This record gives sequence, structure tokens and C-alpha cells, in this order.
Amino acid sequence: MGFLDTLLGRTKPVQPKLDDLFALPSAAVTLDAGAGFKPTGSGSVCFRPVEGRSFSDVQKDVQELLNASSGKEGGLPVEVTKDSYGFNWLVSSHMSDELEALVTDLHAVNSSLVDNGFGPQLLCTLVAFRDDQERRLGLIYLYKRGTFYPFAPLSGERRDNALELQVKGVIGSDLKFEPDLARWFPVWGAPGL
Amino acid sequence: MAARTRYAPDRGLTVRMTATMFLLGLVFVAFVAAIIGIGAAYHASSAAIVLFAVVLGGGFAIGSLFYSDKIALATAGGRVVGPNDSEDARRIHGIVDRLCALADMPKPRVAIADADMPNAFATGRNADHAVLCVTTGLLRRLENDELEGVIAHEMSHVAHKDVQVMTIASFLAIIAALLIRIAFYGELFGGGRRSNDSNAGVVMLALMAVSIIVYAVSFLLIRMLSRYRELSADRSGALLTGQPSALKSALVKVTGQMARIPTRDLRTAQPLNAFFFAPAMNLNAKAGLSAIFSTHPSLERRLAELDKVQQQLGRTAG
Repeated sequence: MGFLDTLLGRTKPVQPKLDDLFALPSAAVTLDAGAGFKPTGSGSVCFRPVEGRSFSDVQKDVQELLNASSGKEGGLPVEVTKDSYGFNWLVSSHMSDELEALVTDLHAVNSSLVDNGFGPQLLCTLVAFRDDQERRLGLIYLYKRGTFYPFAPLSGERRDNALELQVKGVIGSDLKFEPDLARWFPVWGAPGL
Repeated sequence: MAARTRYAPDRGLTVRMTATMFLLGLVFVAFVAAIIGIGAAYHASSAAIVLFAVVLGGGFAIGSLFYSDKIALATAGGRVVGPNDSEDARRIHGIVDRLCALADMPKPRVAIADADMPNAFATGRNADHAVLCVTTGLLRRLENDELEGVIAHEMSHVAHKDVQVMTIASFLAIIAALLIRIAFYGELFGGGRRSNDSNAGVVMLALMAVSIIVYAVSFLLIRMLSRYRELSADRSGALLTGQPSALKSALVKVTGQMARIPTRDLRTAQPLNAFFFAPAMNLNAKAGLSAIFSTHPSLERRLAELDKVQQQLGRTAG
């Protein structure tokens, strides 16, 4: 934020960084090799809904677009859920070996929102992983930072910090990781995880 | 290519705020000119007194800037909480986490003040030293989306560096207030000693008169600036959450509850008014005089400005 913006007390909404999301499929290979976590095939985009007709129209269009494309490949329809903080999660489910298709789907959501001027409303995207012991792991992409961080929930709203740091060690060089640990905020009960 | 955006700056607000700051600067220049003029006219050196006031006033301003978070927290009785300390703390941390990620801001410390008055404030000299405090009364009365609107408003204050701006703006008023006091006591105690030196007495009187005028004018301008900055925090907060109506409903709830607060709470909360989400004193917005002394715009004004944001966000793409 510039000096003039400070003086005039205005903030411009932050635009999301979208491109780094495509680094995910190759990092998933490293994650499987290094830590034994495989993608479950489901992922979600979290965004802040804006009140009014214009935003709900865009959201409906995105949903129809994704449903139409997944219908051809026999995938599951996308669902929208609202969490207790008032954010919407658009969950897309694919087969576990279709990570690239999933990322393409997630990117379609991003670009529709950005094209309609709702880019600042994007919060994060989550791709779910699981290992042989059924431990859950989410890789979360922060749109405004363009960085990733791991989130490993345990039962009772606890996080497996050791696993998260291990994951950072394994794929830290493949993905742009969020260096500030204070920004690794938890997303309890995130749909699709 | 720039991304498409629905964001449009509010030109009217920008123009009014710039004009206010220009006037404050003008008062400052006039003040300096008057002091030099007084010194020159009476061949007396008022430099020492003025320098003393500037150093003392500067000390106050820098001190309050650096300790603003500690002072405000102590006055409001807030304690900093971690995300796992209580159910309330978890709720606020969850909201703050998401808003920070949405706005790409460092996370402020979160504090809860045990007071029934529904209110919130954010202070600290910059975003890295910011602390956000909400009262238990606010947590109890507001739904999650309303609470989020209030927190987004407070975080906009942090992003706009309002503590810094208001401290710098108040600097002039602090110096003028100090000079009034110095000149007053100078007259009172120095009068007899300097009876053969009539110039010194006149200089003191002139200094006091100029300082009183400067203090009064800058006080009104600072209040005006404060009101404009509240409006821009409302605006940025509503743009961030995308839900102007949630903020409107929080405003209506909070200001409606204000009238029912016991007087004891009101008095203890008064010094913090400038940082609060809504002022604790229930001023009658329709009375013109109280409106120009108020730190916050009237409820009607704030709701009208949020209507504009709502229309802006709801515009169909095209």
C-alpha cells in the first residue's frame, strides 16, 4: 500500500495469484515418493460470497460449467457448502489418479470468479491427500500470497504439526511454501478433506 | 493486463479527506507564522518556550504512538488470547485468520475485554504491532457474519495506519494545548517578577490567544478527519467481506444497544472513543453541534455510505 493510499485511508482489494497452483501435480508425485501420501481426488475452492444477484449468478454458472465437464467423464457433480464462518466451499471430486483434471477444475473456478471481477473474494484452495494409515492431509494454496501450506487435522480440532513440518521438508522445494508459520491457519471441517 | 475489478475509489470521500488534511496543514503553517510574527513584533524571543512545547509535545506523540497498544489494552481491560484459550477466542481467531488471508495482511494479536458494552477497537503503531480487541458484550450480541463485519472494519483501520495518521494530525493540537498551559502559568506566576518588562507579558498573552484559536480549529478538523476515516474503514471492511448488510446490521445492533449501557461503563470507556467501532457516548445525531464534535459519523451517514458499496458490489458484470 502506497503512501497516498495511507494518507487517504483506502485499500484496494488484493488480486489473487493463480499460476502457482499448476505446480501441484508434480509436487504430489514427490509427496507420494517421500511421505506415502496419495491424492484422494477431491479438492475444494474456498471463497467469500458477495451479497447480491451478480455473484450468485456467477457461482451458478461455475457450478453448471463444472457439472457439464465432469458429466462427460463420469465424475461426481460439484457441491457447494457453506461453513460456519460464512465462506463457501465448492468441492470437486475426481478419481484419485486424476489430479491434473482436478487442478484444471479448480482453476476454472478461479478464472470464472476473476473474470467477473470477484478475484479478491478467493480465499484458498484445498487438495486432499491420505496415506496408508488413513491419516488426513490437506495442501492449501493461499491465493493472495501465492503460497502453499500443509494442514493435517487430528480428531478433536488438533493438528499434527510434526506431519505438517515433515511434509514441508519433503515438498518444500517443489512448491512455493508459506514461510510465515503464523499464516498456516487451520480450516477445521473443511469440505473435501 | 490488469485484472478486472469491481473496486472503484470513492472520489467524494477522497476529496473531502484531502481538503481536511490541507486545512490542517494550513493551520499548522499559520500557527508557525503567528509565533514567528509575535516574536518579531515584540522583539522578544518566544523560541525557547515554543521549542520546549514542541519537544514535550513530540515526546507525548511518539510515546502514545509506540505504546498505543499497551495503553489502549490497559484502559479497556483487554487481555491477549491465543486461539485455544476459550470458545470465544477460537471464534475470533477463526474470523481474523480468514480475513487476514483474504486481505493478505499479517495477523494482529487478538484480545478480549470483559465488558458488557458491545464494542471493538484496533490499535498499534503499524500492522506488525497491531492488536485487535473486542468486548464480551459484542461477542454475545452479534452473529458470526456481523462480528466479521466489525472485525473487517477494525482491520481496515490497521491497514490504513489510522493510529499513525491520527497521531500526526493531533500533534499540532497537542503543541497548541501545551502552549496555552505554559503561557497561562507564565502569566500567573511570572507576572510579578517581570512587571518592568511589559513585552514578555504581551508575548505570553498573544501566544495564548493564537494557541487557543489553533487548538479550537485543529480540534474540529481532527474530529472531521476521524469521521472520514471511520467511513473509509466501513467501506474497505465491507468490500473485504463482500457483505455490507452484515456490517449495517452490526452497526444498528451496536448503536441501538449503546443507549442501554450503564453510565459507569460509559465514563470509563470515554478516553478510548477514537479507536472504537462506535462511540460509547450516545450523541444525538440530529443535533448539528454534537455532530461536528463527534469522532464517529452518524449511524444514518454510515448506513448511507454502505448502501453505495452494496450497489457497487451488486453491479451486473458487463
